Amino acid sequence: MSLHGDVYERQLVWRHRLGQIFEWLCRLATWCSLGILAVLLLAVGRQAWGWLDAGFLTRGNSYEAPEAGIMAGLWGSLWLIGLTAIMSVPLGVGAAVYLEEYAKPTRLTKLIQLNISNLAGVPSIVYGILGFTVFVRMFGLRDRPEKFVCSLGFVDFTFELPLGRVVLSGAATLTLLSLPVVIIAAQEALRAVPPSLRHASLALGATKWQTVRHQVLPAALPGILTGVILALSRALGETAPLAVLGAAAQLSVVPGRITSVGDALRHPGKLVQAPFDQFTAIPLQIYSWVNDPSRGFEHVAAAGIVVLLTVLVLMNGTAIFIRQRFQKKIRW
Amino acid sequence: MALVKAFTQFVEPSAGAQPAGATASSAEDDAPTARPPKLETVQMGFFYGLNQALRDVSLKINECAVTALIGPSGCGKSTYLRSLNRMNDIIEGTRVTGKVMLDGEDIYAKDVDVVSLRKRIGMVFQKSTPFPKSIFDNVAFGPRIAGQTNKAQLTEIVEQSLQRAALWNEVKDRMRESAMALSGGQQQRLCIARALATSPEILLMDEPASALDPASTARIEDLIDELKQNYTIVIVTHNMQQAARISEITAFFCLGRLVEVGQTKQLFTNPTQKETEDYITGRFG
Amino acid sequence: MSSAGPSRREERKPSLRRAFSWQRAREQLIQGMLFGCALLSILTTISIIYVLFTEAVLALPPQTSFFQEIGLYEFFTETRWSPQYAEEQRHYGILPLVCGTFLITGISGLIGLPAGLMIAIYLSEYATPRTRSICKPLLEILAGVPTVVYGYFALKFLTPYFIMPVFKDFLGLSVNGFNALSGGIVVGIMIIPMVASLSEDVLRAVPNSLRESGYALGATKFDVSAKIVVPSALSGILASFLLALSRSIGETMAVSIAAGQQPVLTANPLSQIQTMTSFIVNVMQGEVVAGSTLEKSLYAVALVLFVITLGMNLVSQMILERYREVYQ
Repeated sequence: MSLHGDVYERQLVWRHRLGQIFEWLCRLATWCSLGILAVLLLAVGRQAWGWLDAGFLTRGNSYEAPEAGIMAGLWGSLWLIGLTAIMSVPLGVGAAVYLEEYAKPTRLTKLIQLNISNLAGVPSIVYGILGFTVFVRMFGLRDRPEKFVCSLGFVDFTFELPLGRVVLSGAATLTLLSLPVVIIAAQEALRAVPPSLRHASLALGATKWQTVRHQVLPAALPGILTGVILALSRALGETAPLAVLGAAAQLSVVPGRITSVGDALRHPGKLVQAPFDQFTAIPLQIYSWVNDPSRGFEHVAAAGIVVLLTVLVLMNGTAIFIRQRFQKKIRW
Repeated sequence: MALVKAFTQFVEPSAGAQPAGATASSAEDDAPTARPPKLETVQMGFFYGLNQALRDVSLKINECAVTALIGPSGCGKSTYLRSLNRMNDIIEGTRVTGKVMLDGEDIYAKDVDVVSLRKRIGMVFQKSTPFPKSIFDNVAFGPRIAGQTNKAQLTEIVEQSLQRAALWNEVKDRMRESAMALSGGQQQRLCIARALATSPEILLMDEPASALDPASTARIEDLIDELKQNYTIVIVTHNMQQAARISEITAFFCLGRLVEVGQTKQLFTNPTQKETEDYITGRFG
Repeated sequence: MSSAGPSRREERKPSLRRAFSWQRAREQLIQGMLFGCALLSILTTISIIYVLFTEAVLALPPQTSFFQEIGLYEFFTETRWSPQYAEEQRHYGILPLVCGTFLITGISGLIGLPAGLMIAIYLSEYATPRTRSICKPLLEILAGVPTVVYGYFALKFLTPYFIMPVFKDFLGLSVNGFNALSGGIVVGIMIIPMVASLSEDVLRAVPNSLRESGYALGATKFDVSAKIVVPSALSGILASFLLALSRSIGETMAVSIAAGQQPVLTANPLSQIQTMTSFIVNVMQGEVVAGSTLEKSLYAVALVLFVITLGMNLVSQMILERYREVYQ
């Protein structure tokens, strides 16, 4: 047997060397990927240098690169994310609470669970097609869109049916897209709450909903919030579904024509009108700028990317802050 | 004291089967030994970070004999066993003081290659840990990574090892099947065969039968009895009857110290230390 | 809320028997509403399938579906895809789009899968807890970069500063400004964090006892990682690969920005191509006549895309499920 002696010794040296090479390769792969991230950020930053100023944030779009601004996209994205949050958080958390707290392990429950994880893997462009058919065209409800005026007493607002390419259609599409992610994140947060908490509450005579409402949800809140913010930041960067909806990338008006908080307070009617207005979004504007071969637009696109990444960093920072802060506070 | 008498009965039959290698005097520090010990620890200490898990353990382990380590949970016997082939190196922040000598060589010396060391000192764990591969590949794993590529020789090594582990007859017709399909007792014997395949000199066993049913336990014990003809065996066990049945030398650990070591028969019938007596009569632990 | 004080205890004993109460009704209602939320996910799936199916496969009578207008045979065998051309030059063969998609997926897989797996091995087997705590958030950032940014990176940096100098100036090949290679590379970078994090979970699920057994047999760290841990986790790693590849099949923006809009049946990564996703986006950028064959072709392409990705996701989920059972 050649398991001992010189041959083994010589091979051992080689085996150790192989191990070292492998470790270095793995290390190289890791740092290379992170290096690419750095290169990407530096490259974008260099292109954006000098093009990103206050005017860029407050101007509408333009066909002249130096005049182009991202205001319409910024406000459009804020409206989209706000409405998406309003719709997806209750629905997503509700579904998660049902699956974690109420559902018995029946076949239907298993099907729902499997379905959710599969929906999370459906390409976003398919959601775009779905949103286009269901919200924008409403299955070809009418040949020509019909205008409706709706009066809420203190304000009137107008909308069309089918809805068309308005903020609400975009937000509804993004809601469907981000729901699976929100549900999965909320489920994980609920699962992290120890069963003893539920037992204690139930033993005091609380009903199931009282237990969920007053004990489980507050305990899971930081986790849910973190997951929701991450899901929303994913939705914020989504371009494909909005592009498929046919949202006008070159728009330079803001939904509801609200360009400041004071504006909204003075004319609350605009707030109701905004969801039914046309919109553009930051990633859509970037997409159209990248595709614009005219001179200077690569800088405009880079500036737009910096704005988008800044918004994302702010959102992710909030999520990390919440996670760090509450993780230290609550120890089971 | 009734219990101690019960132990005597267990010890009696195995006493006759003692090989010449394990002489009665060997474990005592002051007694002169006929042969140098195979493995020896000299004032060994062990730290997990700042926690000292073992202190001042001096023990000589004889060639071709079974040494049993007993003691209450958390006494450091497993830690001791795992430091004999430097398995504790894997855990971060651990540190060894004193000396561990294999054939007179310090295994914690700077230039020692742990890979070669572990090939010489095999180990079998409490839970059977078959790799999710075929039976053949499990046993062939050690020789293969050690550079054995010759198919015929590999087959021979695998067959020999399985025969030594008394598993050959049960698995010879299904060498290509997954090892996960074997029963618990068979899996543990497979792990022993796998350890034997690298032809180690010493076999460390960390409660190898604690997860098995009585019938499988008996088979493992028979196997240990046979293996000691060729291998030096150190076994950690919770089960005092087992220690009494299979070992020549028993070492009793308590709270990170080696309290007493001696011939198994003597230690169980006539312990010199109060703590040992308390433990084996079941007064604590 | 029981308002019965000690003095009135004898007058009213609370009954343990069930009776109608507003509280119970409310509980039922809430449970029903929560169930509704959960059902919404099923409804989403059903509407995706309904929408794609009615437009592509079988329409309600007055309308006709895509496959009723264009036969399945032409769709899957024709090698030209030109639904936007003038009437007589239109061809509806999906092969060029599928080819473009798989070209991108192949390139991205060649880059993303090995890199992701190696990162996973590094993080789970080699890295100290400190290194891991630095690398993992950074990888999350990499995963969080919007795809349109990767598209920009591919078109404005990768092509002019890497692909052009290497393949055109150095190797003398003809390279299009839009090319599948740049798109594939950035999609590969995009899936790295996904592969890394999924595979790392899978590797860490391999019980430590297996690693210890390996070390006890005289294995080096490389032997343990490459010959025990990775083979033991193979099915889980495979599942993560499938998920990642399905992601790169469905990837849209980076590809439609960097790889061009030319549906050609080619395996040349340096030429312009069009994927299924970039076709959909491209058409939807303009005005599409409702009810036209062009519009229906969008649904047919989306259906193919949906079926492929759904199949891959289902398979990988099944593998993962079985994998978790083994190590629990």
